[in-house]
Amino acid sequence: MGSLFNLIFSTTFGYSVLRVTTPILFATIGAMISIKAGVVNISMEGTMLTAALTAVVISGYTGSALAGLIGAILIGMLLGLMLAYFALNLKTNIILAAIAINLMASGGTIFALFVISGDRGISSSINSQMLPRIIIPVLDSIPVLGGIFSNHNILTYVSLISVFFVYVLLYKTPLGLRIRAVGENPNAAESVGINVRKVQYIALIMSGAFAGFGGAYMSMGYVSRFSTDMTAGRGFIALAAEALGMGRPLGILLASLLFGAADALSNSLQRFRIPSEFVQMLPYIVTILGLIIYAVRQTNASKRHKAEDRV
Amino acid sequence: MEVSLEIMEEILSMKGITKVYPNGVMANKNVDFSVRKGEIHAIMGENGAGKSTLMKILFGMEQPEEGEIIFKGEKINISSPSAAINYGIGMVHQHFMLVPSLTVAENLVIGIEPKKNNVFFDYDQAIKMTEEVSKKYNLSINPKAVVDTLAVGKKQKIEILKALVRGAEILILDEPTAVLTPQETKELFEELINLKNQGFTIIFISHKLKEVKQITDRLTILRNGRSMGVHETKDTSEQEISNLMVGRDVLLKVDKGEAKVGKPVLKTEKLTYYSDEDKPVVNKVDLEIKKGQILGIAGVEGNGQGELVDLLTGMKTPYSGSIWINEKDTTNHSVKAVRNLKVSHIPEDRMIYGVSGDGSIEENIISDRFDKKKYNTGVLMNVKKLTELAKSLIEDYNIRCASEKQQVRMLSGGNIQKVVVAREFSSEPELIIANQPTRGVDVGSTEFIRKQLVKLRDEGTAVLLVSADLNEVMELSDSLMVMYEGEIVAYFEDATEVTEMELGMYMLGLKRMSVEELGGVMSG
Repeated sequence: MGSLFNLIFSTTFGYSVLRVTTPILFATIGAMISIKAGVVNISMEGTMLTAALTAVVISGYTGSALAGLIGAILIGMLLGLMLAYFALNLKTNIILAAIAINLMASGGTIFALFVISGDRGISSSINSQMLPRIIIPVLDSIPVLGGIFSNHNILTYVSLISVFFVYVLLYKTPLGLRIRAVGENPNAAESVGINVRKVQYIALIMSGAFAGFGGAYMSMGYVSRFSTDMTAGRGFIALAAEALGMGRPLGILLASLLFGAADALSNSLQRFRIPSEFVQMLPYIVTILGLIIYAVRQTNASKRHKAEDRV
Repeated sequence: MEVSLEIMEEILSMKGITKVYPNGVMANKNVDFSVRKGEIHAIMGENGAGKSTLMKILFGMEQPEEGEIIFKGEKINISSPSAAINYGIGMVHQHFMLVPSLTVAENLVIGIEPKKNNVFFDYDQAIKMTEEVSKKYNLSINPKAVVDTLAVGKKQKIEILKALVRGAEILILDEPTAVLTPQETKELFEELINLKNQGFTIIFISHKLKEVKQITDRLTILRNGRSMGVHETKDTSEQEISNLMVGRDVLLKVDKGEAKVGKPVLKTEKLTYYSDEDKPVVNKVDLEIKKGQILGIAGVEGNGQGELVDLLTGMKTPYSGSIWINEKDTTNHSVKAVRNLKVSHIPEDRMIYGVSGDGSIEENIISDRFDKKKYNTGVLMNVKKLTELAKSLIEDYNIRCASEKQQVRMLSGGNIQKVVVAREFSSEPELIIANQPTRGVDVGSTEFIRKQLVKLRDEGTAVLLVSADLNEVMELSDSLMVMYEGEIVAYFEDATEVTEMELGMYMLGLKRMSVEELGGVMSG
């Protein structure tokens, strides 16, 4: 037990929490924007996976990590656009369309990887690039804090800044106001001349872009290659994190950190003599527990609300 | 006298408006309508008279088949609500178009947000705009309040402000007082008169006579989609308005003999139900129906008849009071439990509660009895027997269809209603609750359904008939009640005693019986 305690309260563990939170946080931000606009994007998983492969392929062929990142973001936006077109123009059920994208990404990335490089499952023959790590000058020299917060991949910092960005977007810009209005009462938005479909298009494309960031981080930061189904459910955990964070920027940051911590713990615990299958379940068990707590609180709150109305 | 000239100016007129909906309902027929600048003009009529359709056309939500709209002397085409807003026409819908989690100021400026540095939403400016407009028109409201937390009256105020901030000169209010308390109504009227004095034109949709008399200058009455003319409010008596609004057009005679009444079948005591807005929509209703009797409930729609039926059939649970069916307390019974007491129900909306449109005629007909022992062998349904039943009912009730397997959705309105009627009338009911049984049904089917109701009554069934069709309730009922604002305001033991004009006065709230006069309801 003592060694577990030492493990959790170590700088290395703090550092690894931030490291594994990054892709979850990106996906959660993307999910949040789409949910706020009333068009839930559950294709974050497949979009991230596609973006991860795109990043590897483009950075491998151009020799530029930046080009790989841009490619990943663009493919994310394209998939967001595709989902929007299916759901908003062709009026297919948005959940079904997103499931299709997820399935397509899971098989399609393996197929595409094989066609492009001849690799099966892991992109070992592509000489892909890594996004740089950044050492923060003053912070780095502070004990503990420096160990936790410095020397991360650049996208880890971008993900944290994105939380602030999405806060400003949703609460401080006219577009944000419209996104929130469209998501909550599209009739009201329409009655004042807002183009509901356009706003939802924008929201889905933005959510795809954030999935693109998450995918690029997975294959050019978290690890240095693409592998089959490497996103491992992070795109779905993001939906749980959005709900648990109650759709507020600070809330989703904390919820993402919680799921990140569970993920990091599962990585670290594999050193102990616990069956690895069990340890690997941890992030998903935490997700389910988190959602149960969230659901119970929601139900109670709405009961209370109704009770107050009666009086 | 420039002022009076300006007041007389016709700011907007609609000429020869005809609107036919895709389902064939003619909502407006050659309707003329015009408003003068600076007046409050009422559009009156019963539900389904075509008021809302006319206003939807004016606000660009519907396009008319025929007719033209002239605004400030020019013929215009209003293709969408945004176009209407651009012409300075604003509408306050009955169901508010607000975003609950946003603040008042945010709701006010959505779509026309003020900007800071050309990028950011300038919330402070939005608050300032709200304060300015609310001060200018004397509509006080806290700009920072979250809409969700506000009372209905305040929400309505936001809707009015929303129209004003977008430069509306003509305000359409769709039954604005329906959701308001008396105090809120009073406040609204003061605000409307204030707006009128500032030169705004207000179109006020209502079927409440007293309110219309109180604040409008002129009124247009619609009945069955046609205009019954424009009248100066002060020169028109409530009685005249009532006669124009409520009248019967075609007479379908039903032959019926003397009622042979027996013991009471349905009884309610002080039945009460509150709406989501905390208004008593069914208020201390006492009624009693006996075996072999048709009790009619007349009333303008939306006066609690629908809720009353929902309570009696178990679809809603009353707040207080009790329901007794055949001396059994069914106050908190489920729909199934009520039905097991041999109660049949013809619901108001047949496509939602009456049938499953995707199901076949057979499936719909057997839906109340497929689980009965009689139609089952072990765990399986006796399909042959059920099909025979469906076939014979199709025959008996003269349902025009290709076969019993045909989708109900494909039938005409009258035949769909006959499917409902066939199921409900063939289960040997002791009590039938029929809510608008012939609405939207062709003449032939209407006559058939009415005859069937009388036949069942002659065989000893108790019938509660709720109908907005005066002709129907007066022809069929043995006894008659009038519901107004959730209460029983009149009771006639003998339905033949009352004239339609008298009924109209009770329906529109001009008259009500005293408790003593109503005493007959309780003692029967």
